[in-house]
Amino acid sequence: MLKIKDLHAGVEGNEILNGINLEVNPGEVHAIMGPNGSGKSTLASVIAGKEEFEVTQGIVLLNGEDLEDVSPEERAHKGVFMSFQYPVEIPGVTVTNFMKTAINESRKARGEKEMPANVMLKRIRQKSELLDIDRKFLSRSLNEGFSGGEKKRNEIFQMAMLEPKLAILDETDSGLDIDALRIVANGVNKLRGKDNAIIIITHYQRLLEYIVPDFVHVLNEGKIVKSGDKDLALQLDEKGYDWLKNEPVA
Amino acid sequence: MAYTEEELKKELETKEYEYGFYTDIESDTFPKGLNEDIVRGISKKKEEPEWMTEWRLESFRIWKEMEEPEWANINYKKPEFQDISYYSAPNKKPKYESLDEVDPELLDTFKRLGIPIEEQKKLAGVAVDIVMDSVSVATTFKKTLAERGIIFCSMAEAIKEHPELVKKYIGSVVPQKDNFYAALNSAVFSDGSFCYIPKGVRCPMELSTYFRINQAGTGQFERTLVIADEGSYVSYLEGCTAPSRDENQLHAAVVELIALDNSEIKYSTVQNWYPGNKEGKGGVFNFVTKRGICEKNAKISWTQVETGSAITWKYPSCILKGDNSIGEFYSIAVTNNYQQADTGTKMIHLGKNTRSTIISKGISAGKSQNSYRGLVQVHSRASNARNFSQCDSLLMGNKCGAHTFPYIEVKNKTAQIEHEATTSKIGEDQIFYCNQRGIDTEKAIALIVNGFSKEVLNKLPMEFAVEAQKLLEISLEGSVG
Repeated sequence: MLKIKDLHAGVEGNEILNGINLEVNPGEVHAIMGPNGSGKSTLASVIAGKEEFEVTQGIVLLNGEDLEDVSPEERAHKGVFMSFQYPVEIPGVTVTNFMKTAINESRKARGEKEMPANVMLKRIRQKSELLDIDRKFLSRSLNEGFSGGEKKRNEIFQMAMLEPKLAILDETDSGLDIDALRIVANGVNKLRGKDNAIIIITHYQRLLEYIVPDFVHVLNEGKIVKSGDKDLALQLDEKGYDWLKNEPVA
Repeated sequence: MAYTEEELKKELETKEYEYGFYTDIESDTFPKGLNEDIVRGISKKKEEPEWMTEWRLESFRIWKEMEEPEWANINYKKPEFQDISYYSAPNKKPKYESLDEVDPELLDTFKRLGIPIEEQKKLAGVAVDIVMDSVSVATTFKKTLAERGIIFCSMAEAIKEHPELVKKYIGSVVPQKDNFYAALNSAVFSDGSFCYIPKGVRCPMELSTYFRINQAGTGQFERTLVIADEGSYVSYLEGCTAPSRDENQLHAAVVELIALDNSEIKYSTVQNWYPGNKEGKGGVFNFVTKRGICEKNAKISWTQVETGSAITWKYPSCILKGDNSIGEFYSIAVTNNYQQADTGTKMIHLGKNTRSTIISKGISAGKSQNSYRGLVQVHSRASNARNFSQCDSLLMGNKCGAHTFPYIEVKNKTAQIEHEATTSKIGEDQIFYCNQRGIDTEKAIALIVNGFSKEVLNKLPMEFAVEAQKLLEISLEGSVG
């Protein structure tokens, strides 16, 4: 599904990613861990197509297609979703209205008709129940005055609504208390399937207790320095990142 | 690829005025210039009674002694008042009973504007009084209204048919000497709309008028008078579009609202005069005086969506004369390219327990300047007066400006005044967030702007709200894709 080869990228001449190689197949869950400043969020932004990051070398392929000239919205239409670490506020636009617009814009781009209102409402009902979201929440302005936990839950709600092929969760666990973490993780687990893939970006092993990854990668100074299975996350939790910093590149 | 702020600015600049076409209808136009003979000529052309002619002449004499105001935060080349023709009327003058008789080219113009009059006759009970270059060409639904004793006609007709009402109320809220443009309008007003709702009658439909400047170099001087008698209710809609033209067109309208005891007037405007091109050339100069007076327990609500004009100078106001009366002002003002808007309201609290609400949303893009100017005045007799004002500004790019000039004068200790103001900017982060959800930049801006304007859009009658949303998009979006 996603193939990243020798990816170098940065912002205003500062290289942040230093040759990333990563392959994600349908049905897989990958966790990307690493210390602050290792390039985790940059990687997520580059995959999503954020313009301020410049790709200087290497290639990102989605189902074999080079994403270089593909706009962020086109990537979204192709099934790429990113859960933001810091979701933005859009005053006056309700969660429902925002979702309706997002879903129908993607459908339009794919040459499909708008989603009928009853289907939309049904999906909203199902997905909000899945994430234990109060219906009143849906008529509030997007992220305006939301608590940290509400913002993150709202991100996963959007993911559930949009049913992406590739979901990147950027530090979704930060700011969540243990109950919210469990709800969010449950939601994500229910969205796992053989046709879609998930990349989880996180500092801590905690979230991975609930969403068990197939692969764990450790990012340091813009490179993947170690890859392994879920046990690698446990090791990291025990030893910290320092023991890996001096390891030769995996 | 994705978008940057720089590109956004470019996109915003490239959106050309969609309604920039010109209808070739023969006109009967006066020579340029203004003197007492021209004023008499206008009055004669309109077959007005002597008292009206005299009123106009008196206004002209007042105007001659006045100077153009300079206090507004706008910068423009003052119009050459002797270089304007003060009267122009479509040639084929007879009034039509049915739309079939109307000049097909005129109907075509309205179709291109997206105003399906034929359908509107059936839809939602909207009676349309079309003002094409100053003279009413068609009036519909008049009969239904007449059954309830409601008068809805052109000003010219009202002067002939209902002189006692016109004589009593014209200039009663906006006196001839009120300001430079009001005086000019009083002298040369060409036509406009007149509306009277009798005691206790609730007007069963939204009354609406479409204005359109058409003749090159012809100033448009509309005069509107709405009278809601005791215990009555009316919702009045006014919408404007104008064709693209190079030289500046002057527009100086006067609107007077009279809300008698226990009555309510809701006055909504969507204004889309030609704003000039992206270099700031051309565009309408819009100097408007709008004011209403509330008697006991009466309510006046102004809602405006201002997207057009090169220059907007406009302060729809309420004089809260009667005890317990209510004034409201809901406004969205959009400026792009080189547009300049200085707009706001005045709430004059004279009566006891009077209340006013001001919600102003300014959206600036390009190199435009957008100012809110508002006055809240509480007189010594007005005990327990209350006002709430909220002024929000949204900026796009780094070259535009948003300004807020709130004036508060309180002479009664029991008054409660609240003022809130915010300024925000459409950020790349907001756009990227929308992009990531599959929403392109153009649609994202529309979404953000609509969200920002929602409190005001919600105050518009349904069918107008849709039109207003469309206008916001046209005014701000680039021609992406």
